[in-house]
Amino acid sequence: MTENVKSMSAERHEALADKLNEQFGSKGCSVTYALGEVTMIVPRDALHGIALALRDGEDFLFEELIDACGVDYFAYGQSEWVTAEASATGFGRGVEAVSAEMGEGAERFAVVYHLLSVSNNLRLRVRTFADADHPIVDSVCDVWGAANWFERETFDMYGILFNGHPDLRRILTDYGFLGHPFRKDFPLEGHVEMRYDPEQQRVIYEPIKLDSRTLVPRVIREDGFQQDEQTDNTDA
Amino acid sequence: MPEIRNYTLNFGPQHPSAHGVLRLVLELDGETIDRADPHIGLLHRATEKLAETKPYNQSIPYMDRLDYVSMMCNEHSYVRAIENLLGVEAPVRAQYIRTMFDEITRILNHLMWLGTHALDIGAMTVFLYAFREREDLMDCYEAVSGARMHAAYYRVGGVYRDLPDQMPKCENNQFRSDADIARKNETREGSLLDFIDDFAHRFPGLVDEYETLLTDNRIWKQRTVDIGVVSPEKALDLGFTGPMLRGSGFAWDLRKKQTYAAYDKVDFDIPVGQNGDCYDRYLVRIEELRQSARIIKQCVKWLRENEGPVLLEDHKIAPPSRGDMKGDMESLIHHFKLFTEGYCTPVGESYAAVEAPKGEFGCYVVSDGANKPYRLKIRAPGFPHLAAMDEMVKGHMIADVAAVIGTMDVVFGEIDR
Repeated sequence: MTENVKSMSAERHEALADKLNEQFGSKGCSVTYALGEVTMIVPRDALHGIALALRDGEDFLFEELIDACGVDYFAYGQSEWVTAEASATGFGRGVEAVSAEMGEGAERFAVVYHLLSVSNNLRLRVRTFADADHPIVDSVCDVWGAANWFERETFDMYGILFNGHPDLRRILTDYGFLGHPFRKDFPLEGHVEMRYDPEQQRVIYEPIKLDSRTLVPRVIREDGFQQDEQTDNTDA
Repeated sequence: MPEIRNYTLNFGPQHPSAHGVLRLVLELDGETIDRADPHIGLLHRATEKLAETKPYNQSIPYMDRLDYVSMMCNEHSYVRAIENLLGVEAPVRAQYIRTMFDEITRILNHLMWLGTHALDIGAMTVFLYAFREREDLMDCYEAVSGARMHAAYYRVGGVYRDLPDQMPKCENNQFRSDADIARKNETREGSLLDFIDDFAHRFPGLVDEYETLLTDNRIWKQRTVDIGVVSPEKALDLGFTGPMLRGSGFAWDLRKKQTYAAYDKVDFDIPVGQNGDCYDRYLVRIEELRQSARIIKQCVKWLRENEGPVLLEDHKIAPPSRGDMKGDMESLIHHFKLFTEGYCTPVGESYAAVEAPKGEFGCYVVSDGANKPYRLKIRAPGFPHLAAMDEMVKGHMIADVAAVIGTMDVVFGEIDR
């Protein structure tokens, strides 16, 4: 029965992918169907119009914005563990970067929207890219009210600006926080630490004293994981 | 004539009905609210960023600490996203165990919500009743995972271990009389399943008890009926899910509509509200308590009749048994590799959502082929709910703020992440 439900959902979403291709393919959108999910990459300047069409179009009716978030592709496919230094041949399973063109210039940041259609029982992921120097994307607050806080969060975490957002303030970080913590070039331990200073009798901020360290898990990637799952694990 | 000015009130972050660390800046016109501006993030721990630096399995315990009253549902969403990326599915028995524990979690969450919501708007007794039952359910958590709250019980490819054959008993101590201990141990003579079954049969009667205290209570109705009304269109626009959406009249439940685990094999109904006010959402959640008990009964029945593995046999993803490790070199290597490096997922992205007690809890995982997520985004149901605060309290009296916060069932572990 689960199989049945799954195949029905797959059918619906494949049909959705076809319809999206038909309607938005000419506007420079690319649609992919993978792992049972439909992803549409939308050019930045067409985002707002397409968002409206997705909400109101008879075939789509994506009334709900489930989630909007940023992604920073800056370090995509790279690892902080330099494998070549470990031995002459490096680690057996360290492989080259997945895609060299991602994460640079015009495609460093992405904003990903997850849409849900309650009427048609469909899900869709919409992605639009923003460039590294001036990441500005049109706000969809007037299309889906829920976008308001999600866009504030994306701005807070990634510094992506939303054109037309009514109230683009920081939301999760501290008052007066500097920087955008989820960017890949922002260190995990941050820049400042806070403590109570008994002499000044107030809370003060100081530069952080923690050393950055690689935790136990170094990044590994398996050679040809997708082609052959039976990779011999014992040689590394 | 004196000048009349709006008054700005700072509600929280240390207010008992702010449910943790919500700072709410309220602009008041007399006692009427003009504008509410929630300031969140006081509990922000950057879970998503932390997860980017650890192998997949090591982030499972972080999930418990997001929505810390519906622990296992959060784990479920996370492991489902990874399973989807890997293209594996948990064995059937594990699916049933997950279904059962998701429902136990739903009861845990709704009891917590019921108790605190009632306490916020003036009813003390319900809180004590609700926490009495939570104790039993936490014992179930403890029996399977060893932890009363932060269980970390679900694994990619199943659950950590099978259900215990013996429900742990309460021991004598100086704070309780022997008779009291004996009474508590009455239901703990058999296996965990016996204990859960007994609870599921007992529970609907207990829900009746809560209802006698509240459902027809005049004060309760005065505090909740027509408070925080959300129209169906507004509910969709604001991104509501779960009981908040169902309270406004949509029969939308991921367990039915986009089914997962064993939810397509059990019978249950989806309660739906009519007016979208606090009282309807209360009724929806109360009915969900009964439905959860119904699902648990069916799961217990199935689990009693069917044996089977609870974790995948693929030792690239799931560890081999301790016994195998002692004698088999390959198992030892698998164990070592799995706990030091973890496993790699194929390049790709996946979003998996579950119907958590508060609404749709989803994990969006982007993988670049490494042994840890490149990006993990947690979609917390409470986030868009709280974002609608301004919309919901505008024009209400200041005392209704507590009712609206209560009805949203906010927990800052998940909202601030």
